[in-house]
Amino acid sequence: MAYSDKVVDHYNNPRNVGSFDKSRADIGTGMVGAPECGDVMKLQIQVNAATGVIEDAKFKTFGCGSAIASSSLATEWLKGKTVDQALEIKNTDIVNELSLPPVKIHCSVLAEDAIKAAIDDYKAKQGAGAPAEAVTH
Amino acid sequence: MKPIYFDNHATTPVDPRVLEAMLPYFTEHFGNAASRNHSYGWTAEDAVEKARKQIASLVGATSKEIVFTSGATESNNLAIKGVAEMYAEKGNHIITAATEHKATLDTCKHLEKKGCRITYLPVKGDGLIDLDMLRDAITEKTILVSLMYANNEIGVVQPIAEIGKLCKEKGVLFHTDAVQACGKIPVNVIADGVDLLSLSAHKMYGPKGVGALYVRRKGPRVQLTAQMDGGGHERGMRSGTLNVPGIAGLGAACEISQNDMPTESVRLRGLRDRLRATLEANLEEVYINGSMEHRLPHNLNMSFAYVEGESLLMGINDIAVSSGSACTSATLEPSYVLKALGLGDDMAHTSIRFGIGRFNTEEEVDYVAKKMIDVVNKLRELSPLWEMFKEGIDLSKVQWTAH
Repeated sequence: MAYSDKVVDHYNNPRNVGSFDKSRADIGTGMVGAPECGDVMKLQIQVNAATGVIEDAKFKTFGCGSAIASSSLATEWLKGKTVDQALEIKNTDIVNELSLPPVKIHCSVLAEDAIKAAIDDYKAKQGAGAPAEAVTH
Repeated sequence: MKPIYFDNHATTPVDPRVLEAMLPYFTEHFGNAASRNHSYGWTAEDAVEKARKQIASLVGATSKEIVFTSGATESNNLAIKGVAEMYAEKGNHIITAATEHKATLDTCKHLEKKGCRITYLPVKGDGLIDLDMLRDAITEKTILVSLMYANNEIGVVQPIAEIGKLCKEKGVLFHTDAVQACGKIPVNVIADGVDLLSLSAHKMYGPKGVGALYVRRKGPRVQLTAQMDGGGHERGMRSGTLNVPGIAGLGAACEISQNDMPTESVRLRGLRDRLRATLEANLEEVYINGSMEHRLPHNLNMSFAYVEGESLLMGINDIAVSSGSACTSATLEPSYVLKALGLGDDMAHTSIRFGIGRFNTEEEVDYVAKKMIDVVNKLRELSPLWEMFKEGIDLSKVQWTAH
């Protein structure tokens, strides 16, 4: 299968690879997918509580090149957005940006799920008012 | 630069010596081997009979026992369907295994719909069948056992001689798909007790589109119902004008493989073991799929835990190999062969098959090993599973969100 140039670029030079301490109150962690399905994404956001702006984002992904590219792109897009703006990122935006073929649409869906899971985790921590154990799903 | 070709279980390049043997039969000697009344036909027939001898010699058969086909898929179809139809009065039960090639499995499924009963034997963790299980599966209605000589994904070599002996004891015909074994390891239809054997030219440095089926003529004389109607070529078993250049190529490929086998198999084993040793010395959490002891000398199938197969292939795009990952197949299912060994989907997703061939060199092996190590390390840095493994988390206990 031929990959688009953008997928190849993200695969060769993945942006924002890494991990934050998931116990921190200003970090939201989303982990989606399953090893049996061939892809697992972990996406983390660091949020400025005063402004609600995502100041940093990191990811790690087990999956095909399109899954790696989808999550790498997601971290790029998240930085600088508010949490509410981040929730507006749709999987179809990722599909369009990376020119994903139909068989790889699930990679973009997974990236959208990871964003939502990370935000949910962050909000849960804020709601709880104290650092909580990150949910891993 | 062309990618390094390490996918010699899929197909092999035509050896220049094979091509040379073929070329005259396209132009100068273009006759129909069935033309009995002029020299064009006789020359073509001579070429076909020479090839028949070369093939027979490779597998320990006689010339008259070789039937030419379009390849091993046709050979398997002819053997299995031909026996099922010819021996329908004797019984309707066929035994095969879960790790067979689709050309066997789908032929059996076809017969199942037509009223045959098929037993799909499971394999052990090392990919080998259990002989006791085979013995127990044979009934009075069993007419055929079809088990491959060596597996195309994991290179595991079945105990063919023992299977042949058991089938003889029970009076059941034995067919083996020997596509991956012929020309690579010694195959002998007498010593192995094989009644029907499929082989293909393009897996042993011959051309695509030509193969053969060995059909035993003595002890017992195996009969087949033809699957194509026509001029009654190949003693009525396979009609159709013979592919003379292809057949000349198959013959030459067999002769070269037979002559070179003692030295070439040692060389290939050396290269394969070098690849394995380098990978194992430099990477943790790599696992070999299938028995190392009962294995083709040029096959290595490894799972690289915590990295996904397709992303691995993408990183080594200057190397041609194949993966058991779902993402590389049309069905989105990981390899059924690896699953039959008891491998979880997660490990099947991380597997790579290396098939080293006649034209590969030690330098290429070293390049492939280094590239694999670099890419696996890079992808593990990217892998949340690797991170969790390193943190000591038991991944089997994590509740994943399956999708």
